[in-house]
Amino acid sequence: MRPTLLQGHERALTQIKYNRDGDIIFSTAKDQHICAWFAHNGERLGTYHGHQGALWTVDVDPTSTIIASGAADNTVRLWDIRSGKCLKVWDFNTAVKRVEFNEDGTQLLAVTEKRMGFLGTIVVLDINLDVEAEQSDEKAMTITCEDAKATVAGWSYMSKYIIAGHEDGTISQYDAKTGEQLDNTQVHEVDTVITDLQWSSDRTYFITAGKDKTAKLVNARDLEVMKTYVADTPLNSASITPKKDFVILGGGQAAMDVTTTSTRQGKFEARFYHKIFEEEIGRVRGHFGPLNTVAVDPTGKGYASGGEDGYVRVHQFDKAYFDFTYEVERQAKAQGQM
Amino acid sequence: MAPSFDHLPDPEEDDYDEDEELDFSDLRERFEVQLEQGLDAFVVIDGLPEVTEETKPKLIKFLKRKLDAAGKIREESIHMPLGEDGKSERFAFVEYTTPAQAVAACKQLDGVPLDKKHILRVNKLTDIERFGREGRIDEHYTAPHVEEFQEKEHLRSWLSDPSGRGRDQFVMYKDDRVQVFWNNEKDNPESIVDRQHWTESFVQWSPQGTFLTSMHQQGVQLWGGPSWTRQKRFAHPFVNLVDFSPGEKYLTTWSNRPIVIPEEGHPALSVDDDGKNYVIWDIETGKPLRSFANIELPSNSNDENGQPVKRKIVWPAFKWSADDQYVARLTQGASISVYELPRMGLLDKTSIKIEGVMDFDWAPAVPHREGVKTYEQLFCFWTPELGSNPAKVGLMSIPSKEIVRTLNLFSVTDAKLHWQSNADYLCVKVDRHSKSKKSLATSLEIFRVKEKGVPVEVVDSIKDTVINFAWEPKGDRFVIITTAEVVAPSAVPPKTSVAFYCPEKVKGAGVGNFRHIRTYDKKNSNAIYWSPKGRFVIVATVHSQQSFDMEFFDMDFEGEKPESDKDLTANLQLMNTADHYGVTDIDWDPTGRFVATSASIWKHAMENGYHLYDFKGEQLREEPVEKFKQWLWRPRPPTLLTKEEQKTIRKNLREYSKVFEQEDADRGASADLAVVEHRRRLLMEWLAWREQMEEEVREERIELGLPLDPIEGLLKKSEQPEGDEEVIEIEELVEEVIEESEEIVS
Repeated sequence: MRPTLLQGHERALTQIKYNRDGDIIFSTAKDQHICAWFAHNGERLGTYHGHQGALWTVDVDPTSTIIASGAADNTVRLWDIRSGKCLKVWDFNTAVKRVEFNEDGTQLLAVTEKRMGFLGTIVVLDINLDVEAEQSDEKAMTITCEDAKATVAGWSYMSKYIIAGHEDGTISQYDAKTGEQLDNTQVHEVDTVITDLQWSSDRTYFITAGKDKTAKLVNARDLEVMKTYVADTPLNSASITPKKDFVILGGGQAAMDVTTTSTRQGKFEARFYHKIFEEEIGRVRGHFGPLNTVAVDPTGKGYASGGEDGYVRVHQFDKAYFDFTYEVERQAKAQGQM
Repeated sequence: MAPSFDHLPDPEEDDYDEDEELDFSDLRERFEVQLEQGLDAFVVIDGLPEVTEETKPKLIKFLKRKLDAAGKIREESIHMPLGEDGKSERFAFVEYTTPAQAVAACKQLDGVPLDKKHILRVNKLTDIERFGREGRIDEHYTAPHVEEFQEKEHLRSWLSDPSGRGRDQFVMYKDDRVQVFWNNEKDNPESIVDRQHWTESFVQWSPQGTFLTSMHQQGVQLWGGPSWTRQKRFAHPFVNLVDFSPGEKYLTTWSNRPIVIPEEGHPALSVDDDGKNYVIWDIETGKPLRSFANIELPSNSNDENGQPVKRKIVWPAFKWSADDQYVARLTQGASISVYELPRMGLLDKTSIKIEGVMDFDWAPAVPHREGVKTYEQLFCFWTPELGSNPAKVGLMSIPSKEIVRTLNLFSVTDAKLHWQSNADYLCVKVDRHSKSKKSLATSLEIFRVKEKGVPVEVVDSIKDTVINFAWEPKGDRFVIITTAEVVAPSAVPPKTSVAFYCPEKVKGAGVGNFRHIRTYDKKNSNAIYWSPKGRFVIVATVHSQQSFDMEFFDMDFEGEKPESDKDLTANLQLMNTADHYGVTDIDWDPTGRFVATSASIWKHAMENGYHLYDFKGEQLREEPVEKFKQWLWRPRPPTLLTKEEQKTIRKNLREYSKVFEQEDADRGASADLAVVEHRRRLLMEWLAWREQMEEEVREERIELGLPLDPIEGLLKKSEQPEGDEEVIEIEELVEEVIEESEEIVS
């Protein structure tokens, strides 16, 4: 796999998102703009200027009309993808660490930081997907995290639940209509931060990445941990591949925790695991800093990783990737069970 | 809760019942508060001779002199009551000025002989009151209860591997967990026992593998048997280090803190041990044999405040002879004290005076010398140049104390003693300085202990200083590492060379002269690890920040032998190289089949864990382990097979290996099958779950009147108003080979 190197950010990457068609990549970094790129050749489509602080998160709506972003300047902004115009700014008390659209793009959630006496919250905003339309100022709902702040959150299938990962290694399930907490379970090791939460394509299950060096595949309905992927380094991101039953994990020893900084020391590799058998099947090297975010093309043709080194590496899967199957999978396919 | 020394919970049985009414009476008795009784300065002396009114003052005078040792007393303070018959009752009361003196008297004077017939017994008056009070002592003698004999577990059961594969065990210590495993080569090691907080500082096997030693603040514990029960306990408070005799009969413990025996006594040690640092124990009985204090050596350097820098302790300070009969300690510069076991008395009641002696070492096996019928133990020692006398290396036979051989040496800076494991050879590595004392060179003086008259062969073709030397176990070849630079503590490791030596071929029996085989230059290596069975050797760089290479050598390579080596008894071949980042320890298993290399958190915190190699240097496993501390193979006792039996096995090795290979292949196949079966199950479970989930979500959507695909509809909605013109952009990527040429590189 020969990657395309996207050099547009000056600082560490924070999040990468593909649009639904898998042809555009949006990336945010600690410098103050969002970049949009063509996935197939790495050409930059444009940037979105306006934020006054490090950008933490971005998400694109399912129709590829609008993107939402959250940043350290305590705002969530909506942008018109096509024109690059900022459509709306919502102000918060603290930095916004994560935004995510629900499955039909009618609502957006934002996770705010716990700081300066403010508790961490998950805020839900109503969205009108029309570029011309006026967006509501009102916050449709606010969930306050009394105990441990939420670090990541997302919408389940049918926008039924909001699932949040916390700094203490637990995962919460909230009713997306009422905001009532339905469940809270310890999924990762106690008091280790959950760094990422990404959905399967039908949003019935998700993967979480943790600083405890594991990633977990969790059922959204009952928060049951179905699979565990054990790595040898703290993880910053995890993603589920469509088409093939793999997961991709990214992480690496943070520079401050490494005494001798060499690329082999930090383990700055994207790791591929088999989703069902929990076995590691391969690694992709290239970054020279920890991987902060990995994202998979929803059409299953490639993936992108963003590192502390400020680069986005976009990989198109090759034939070997698609050909790779376990014996039992081949047999199951032959028998028509898959 | 961290288990205490006395009440380590037995993980196998936990039948502690909380509801049971606790009986505190024994504790209450033990910790009963001693109220000041005003009698604390009094002691009672028993065991005195019988005296009459006339002879009494004489005895009192005599006694006073003895008692003054603990604190001055006046004659009037000795009260010796006389009985009705005018004779003394053989005891006296003595009043000291302070209670502390009374305590000191009990410690120092109890058990001291007064004359040939009488031994003083000194006790505190309050103790007599406390323990001798009416009712405390039963009037009738009751025979002590003898514990019924209980079958003990077989301490060597581990030698018969339940799987019948002759696997070896190892202990791994990580974080606060100690685990013992069977080595399964490529597969996950099979856990045998796993305990939290089993030890407080480190673990250690006994030399023949019978016991696992755990270290605690209260002392040392030995564990063993199939259920890993506690076998023995040696209560040496604040123990730091432990050392076994080679035959596992005795044990030395050492603490840098002198032992303090509390007033109420110690379960194992007595007041005699007060202030001592070393204790030598009998393992079978668990009783201490004798204790010793540290020998404080005058320091030869001062720190910046002018205070003498404490010397590092030499470990083991007490060295054992190969047959467990003797233990000896060096008083540097003066003498060697040899103690006879099990009484722990000095051999011939005196230390062996050797002026200037710097170091000594016992032969690791009973040496068989030509023309000597009595097999005595042997140790070697060396003394530096003293005045006009040359430096000396000597071999002394014990118990006869006969000097077997001495060798005079000149211009000696330092010497190191290296015994070969069968005590066939002794190599003395002598660092010599030139006349100007500026440059150093090393020569090897090899004593052929087995041969008549102990001839010495000198290997002095070495130009540089030798920083490491290792004999082949049970063999007659050796490896040295030399460096031209002075080894200074710097970040850049010194460039070193590795040189191999072996004896020449000679006709008939006997061993020829040692000859240099080959030297590998420009290395960083600093450590040599021979396989315990000989033949294979690893030369490695450990404790380094830059290089971590390991090289696996075969000394008896079965391939073609170079012409230049045809007179040599070795055919050296580099088999493999390996690399283990941050390696700190390398350990061969006792059979010489596997090597574990590990990076311990005790040295650094990077990539802690272990690698496992076979003897050829082929990596079998690699496992990062959080907070990894220690890996130790369980040693094996010497084989019980006779020489002939071993020979037959070696002869039929081909037959055996056929069987074993078949077994390995079968096991591999069945394991593969199990893995495939497991995967199939996982896959089926997953597919079933997906199907069910998809079905349920679909039903739910229909029920709520939601579209089956929420996005499809959205897309249509947003596309409709502007669906007038269709722009299709097609980009084609064409790869073309412009030029292709082939170059042949000769």
